[in-house]
Amino acid sequence: MKLLWLAVCAAAALAQTKTPLQTPEDVARGRRLFESQCTGCHGQTAEGGRGPNLRQARLRRVTDDASLFDVIQDGIPGTEMPGMWYLSEREVRQVAGYLRDIARTPVAAVSGDAAHGRELFEGKGGCLSCHIAAGRGVAAGPDLSDIGARRSVAHLRESLTAPAATTPEGFLLVDAVASGRPVSGVRVNEDTFTIQIRDAAGRFHSFRKSSLSSLKRRVGESSMPSYSGKLAAAEIDDLVAYLAGLRGEP
Amino acid sequence: MKIVFAAATSLAVLAAQVPYERIVRAAAEPQNWLTYSGNYLGHRFSPLKQLTPENVSRLKVAWVYQFELGRTEVTPIVVDGVMYLTSPNRVAAVDARTGRDLWSWTRPVPRDLQTIGFGRVNRGVAVLGDIVYVGTLDAYLVALDARSGAVRWQTKVGDYKLGICITAAPLAVNGKVVIGIAGGEAGVRGFVDAYDAQSGKQAWRLWTVPTLGEPGVETWAGESWRSGAGTTWVTGSYDPDSGLIYWGTGNPGPDWNGDARSGDNLYTCSVLAIDAATGKLKWHFQFTPHDTHDWDATQVPVLVDAVVRGKTRKVLATANRNGFYYLLDRASGEFLHGAQYAKQTWAKGLDDRGRPIVIPGTEPSEGGTLVWPSLQGATNWFSPSYSPLTRMFYVAVREMGAYYYKTEAKFEPGRWFGGGGERRLPDDQLWGAVRALDVHTGKLRWEFKLKSPSWAGVMSTAGGLVFGGSDEGNFYALDAAGGKPLWEFQTGGPIAANPISYAVDGKQYVAIPAERAFFVFGL
Repeated sequence: MKLLWLAVCAAAALAQTKTPLQTPEDVARGRRLFESQCTGCHGQTAEGGRGPNLRQARLRRVTDDASLFDVIQDGIPGTEMPGMWYLSEREVRQVAGYLRDIARTPVAAVSGDAAHGRELFEGKGGCLSCHIAAGRGVAAGPDLSDIGARRSVAHLRESLTAPAATTPEGFLLVDAVASGRPVSGVRVNEDTFTIQIRDAAGRFHSFRKSSLSSLKRRVGESSMPSYSGKLAAAEIDDLVAYLAGLRGEP
Repeated sequence: MKIVFAAATSLAVLAAQVPYERIVRAAAEPQNWLTYSGNYLGHRFSPLKQLTPENVSRLKVAWVYQFELGRTEVTPIVVDGVMYLTSPNRVAAVDARTGRDLWSWTRPVPRDLQTIGFGRVNRGVAVLGDIVYVGTLDAYLVALDARSGAVRWQTKVGDYKLGICITAAPLAVNGKVVIGIAGGEAGVRGFVDAYDAQSGKQAWRLWTVPTLGEPGVETWAGESWRSGAGTTWVTGSYDPDSGLIYWGTGNPGPDWNGDARSGDNLYTCSVLAIDAATGKLKWHFQFTPHDTHDWDATQVPVLVDAVVRGKTRKVLATANRNGFYYLLDRASGEFLHGAQYAKQTWAKGLDDRGRPIVIPGTEPSEGGTLVWPSLQGATNWFSPSYSPLTRMFYVAVREMGAYYYKTEAKFEPGRWFGGGGERRLPDDQLWGAVRALDVHTGKLRWEFKLKSPSWAGVMSTAGGLVFGGSDEGNFYALDAAGGKPLWEFQTGGPIAANPISYAVDGKQYVAIPAERAFFVFGL
């Protein structure tokens, strides 16, 4: 067994029935599968974490039973969502049944004032100096244009108050020293022989790793400052409300 | 028109006969690459010496060939200036000087064909006499005229509707063409087949899972042997002196849920010594009894002379997917020596007979069990290399752990029959390496670290080099003695194939596929 993603394609093409299984036994089994394999990203109660909140009536990538089945089985290419290719067709339908079941009891909406959150985002918070949202800003940190669709409210709040706890993939900070000259920034690419770094000013640097006198990987660090002392609790609520509403292009 | 005439004459002799004896003595004609591993012994070693640690930094691209489809795993065969390249259900003979097509042959892939558990790939042809042999995804073995690509015969090996496909290159021995199958994740029953090289008639079949009444069937609970897998999807090796073929077998079915198949599950995750003339099983050695981690033993067996406890023995050396390096007596299958060569957390070690001492609680579970190596193994199908000059065994290693899951498994012919799977650790916790092991002991002599676990094999050369590839597209040369990197080229696509070397007009080339392009380099 070598290339699992092709197994996924094969299994997907063979799947005939994609309707969620919703007897109490199926939902319970779906919940157990979810809790063992999905909670790392979607949270213990499916209210989201690194992955989106699934306790909502409408999911961005799901238009019908078939697409719900496909997302669970195949994942979403180009995102962090992996496929659960190794579940049987029945097990995928049981997980789908659990998700349909919990969608009936959505979590409470965020309480903050999104309009005020936007003012903070663009003004006092200074967020646009590092992030792009809806086409405006600077691309030093992650693009936030659809962050509300991809991250839970709890995760957004944590990113503001304790950003180092969840550094996003693709934003590893590195410190390199080349010919006595230090270069720090985000590692944008790397192979066995070379590394590419984007510094805070947005400039790209490319090095052969053998030419560097030092290369430090700041695993678990983030260049994002914590806002817990900088903004009042109510202001953070407002900012979270604004971010939760950023859903990208319709 | 003197130049044109000269080229025409060299093309006229391009499909010179390749009798069996030429392949046996492949070392005598280092300009050619006559069989999958370069020689029958599985060495993937080129006796060419033109490229050396001193001049390899000057390597440049000579030509590039582009395939229509993605991800190419082919090992080309080179005969007297002609190279045979494959992609799924396609063979092309190309001019080894320029990469220009001389002929090509295709066979349509059925629209309903599924590759269950592996990619749509082909790893190359075999040559014998005036014929080029290739296996197809729809499980035919096809014989093509080496001069024109015209079909001599096509024989059905298995039913693709059951999930049986051919991805491996055939092995052509004395008058026979040997082939194995893929399809272990569809619960097919594995076999190795041989066909008469001239007529295409089946000469023998060796089932890798015994049936009722045969020895070994007692290692399968109930009827579980019927969907026992043990597929044979990588080309084996051959000892012309003894007439024995050595061929590895894959995982038992279902892969990750062993509940319904208690027992050792012979002859899965094993190497089989097969009499080439009769197809009779001479001996077997099982590396991973009752495997639940998908650790196929399909790595190319490397046949060498090694000194074991002071005595020179004819051995089969292999670095297995399960993380251990083994030396077996190749006449008897006796376990001679074992050593761990990569991180593994599933066994305390090997006992005196080479059986793993399994740590309880390392099997897949509903909640996930973290084990090294991952299901892709400490190494995989891509080839190791052995240099008779350095006496080192070179292997590309995957340092990667994963959470193994067990799920339900219900067998239906032609459907996915996995019973589980894995979730890998984050990318920055995974890495790879090329390791040079002392062939006699398996002890680490040197290591070259790779950013990611490798999908590319290695080749060593008499010039003192080891070539390899990376998942990020680096094709590179290392010093065979010490592992120092000496040259590197970014191909622009992941490398999931094995290097070869050949020469035309006295000039040495090295070649590697990367994604859908095939690169040839020379000074």
